[in-house]
Amino acid sequence: MVQYSNAGLDASFAALSDATRRGVLEQLGRAEASITDLAEKFNMTLTGMKKHVGVLERAGLVSTEKVGRVRTCKIGPRRLEEEMAWLERYRQLWDARFDELDRVVEELKRKEQVDGRKKRE
Amino acid sequence: MKNRTTVERKSERETVVTRTFNAPARIVFEAWTKPELFKKWWVPKSMGMTLVSCEMDVRTGGTYRLVFGQGMAFFGRYTEVTPHSRLVWTNEEGGDDASVTTVTFEEKEGKTLLVVSELYPSKEALDAAGGAAEALVETFQQLDELLVTLGASAGRA
Repeated sequence: MVQYSNAGLDASFAALSDATRRGVLEQLGRAEASITDLAEKFNMTLTGMKKHVGVLERAGLVSTEKVGRVRTCKIGPRRLEEEMAWLERYRQLWDARFDELDRVVEELKRKEQVDGRKKRE
Repeated sequence: MKNRTTVERKSERETVVTRTFNAPARIVFEAWTKPELFKKWWVPKSMGMTLVSCEMDVRTGGTYRLVFGQGMAFFGRYTEVTPHSRLVWTNEEGGDDASVTTVTFEEKEGKTLLVVSELYPSKEALDAAGGAAEALVETFQQLDELLVTLGASAGRA
């Protein structure tokens, strides 16, 4: 069985639980940007944006590099494969459970139709 | 046609699962609240586990207890029961750190949108639940393969 790093997962799920941070990731997926660019784009103070980028950076979803006076942000180094795998396993469990529930529900529907017909007769 | 099951991790402590069922809410609700029906589907056959007893006192403040042949038990309390639309219960087998499950049934044109939200006391607890799901899925896959084999031989017979 593949070993998943839970600490890493926690950090990235926490990072992704915020709409602004998801937006920042999308933005950086298209092009690198400085924190100033991002702050302007998201209509936010420089301090506010620094905090969001900090969370993303600690989760390994974004890396930053200081060139002169400007800090450039880009996607990486981690990707979201582990998160996707976690969700997929969880989804499969519920999917199997719901397939069985579907069977029970169909059975109840048939029974109701039969009972309804009997009552009318 | 089979409907899609979607999963979203809302935060580090909460997951939300949704699926549409082709039946009115009262029927889907019945399958969640009658123990003899609930035990038919809650533990998918492919899990390889058996429910030996399923006691459910489905009313606000009522308790439930599911006991597995393997000696495991799951229990807790219904904190909210609104017929055909909403069920909330606690899962207390983990001690003080109870997780809370909320199920809503939303009927639209004869179909029911089911939303199951699981809120854990901590991210560690949710990760542990993910670990359990991982073990189960592995069992499903093995059994799926077996079923395909059995299905194929039955088809030839």
